[in-house]
Amino acid sequence: MLESYLNLAVKAIFVENMALAFFLGMCSFVAVSRKVETAIGLGSAVVFVLVVTVPLNNLVYVYLLKPGALVWLDPSLAEQDLTFLGFLTYIGTIAAMVQIVEMTLDRFFPALYNALGVFLPLIAVNCAILGASLFMVERNYTFGESLVFGFGSGVGWALAIVALAGIRERLRYSNIPVGLRGLGITFLLTGLMAMGFMAFAGIQL
Amino acid sequence: MANPAREALLDPLFNNNPITLQVLGICSALAVTTKMDTAVVMSIAVIAVLTFSNFFVSLIRNQIPTNIRIIIQLTIIASLVIVTDQILKAYVFEISKQLSVFVGLIITNCIIMGRAEAFAMQNPPVLSIVDALGNGLGYSLILLMTAAIREVFGSGKFYGIPVLPIVSEGGWYTPNGLLVLSPGAFFIIGFFIWALRTWKPDQVEAD
Repeated sequence: MLESYLNLAVKAIFVENMALAFFLGMCSFVAVSRKVETAIGLGSAVVFVLVVTVPLNNLVYVYLLKPGALVWLDPSLAEQDLTFLGFLTYIGTIAAMVQIVEMTLDRFFPALYNALGVFLPLIAVNCAILGASLFMVERNYTFGESLVFGFGSGVGWALAIVALAGIRERLRYSNIPVGLRGLGITFLLTGLMAMGFMAFAGIQL
Repeated sequence: MANPAREALLDPLFNNNPITLQVLGICSALAVTTKMDTAVVMSIAVIAVLTFSNFFVSLIRNQIPTNIRIIIQLTIIASLVIVTDQILKAYVFEISKQLSVFVGLIITNCIIMGRAEAFAMQNPPVLSIVDALGNGLGYSLILLMTAAIREVFGSGKFYGIPVLPIVSEGGWYTPNGLLVLSPGAFFIIGFFIWALRTWKPDQVEAD
């Protein structure tokens, strides 16, 4: 049991890295990777939100949307299939959760809130968050698995953005062709990092 | 470029391309471009959702309270994506299976939110539709060019039809496996940006 969870986490962090293998959350990945500090801030916010929203969406899917999920409400609803409402509900859950997390942090952990700053609201439209929920549904994860998957994919994404930010900070001293500066070289770097991460393919615990 | 409609339509193609300059909607651009047919379906889906979302947001732009505009835009976009997803499942089931979660991810495609927020909230409906078409085409242009390169040189085919006879089937072309994998997509987009910025030097960032 524990072994399969560990395997899932390793897979989500390294082998199927959200940013480098599935290209999710690319917009903020490219835009917020200029400095290591901000990258760490955004990375930890993503981990946090993923750990909360993926299991939550798992509950929503299992108890509200899945074919026959509404049986607990009334036996006559056994035929009901609400999966087509999925996108709308997941994004709603995510937007609401981000808002709640933001308010809670502001009230009880002001230091952390100030550190995350503008990144929290931005996370609602980060594809990595919705992507993780959709992958969870597509792969039929259980509640425990979705918790581990949310954590793993968040850590993987954070790892990738912090690494990229580290490289970009060093890059300031190199002489890059004019047309390639900024966005262009970032893409080539990400490509090289993706190649590096491919070395993890096939790892099993 | 005196005509605003013409400008809204043609500007996003090269001068203000959503992918290479505005850095919007990259996620899906990279993931669905291993083959032409998925890229074509994805382009059409994005253009459709973008056009309708820009139109509806622009239509009710004066009624939307500023504080909750994000959630309203998200609701409109998510509903449109659900419709698109259902249509794709009904008519091109195979391709919709290959696109997997990326149809759903049109919701968080920054192009759509970005255009709703930056253009449709301030402009009348007809102009917003033109703007959406222009940005959708600019997005599709990059998507299709990337997909063409990846499919032709990665697997020797174009739109599923063999154009370069590959070695394993008795031909002379050894497919470049890197292009089919994810790093290939990053490299191709990176080189596109390089080429475009060498052509139009005013797009270079002061880094």
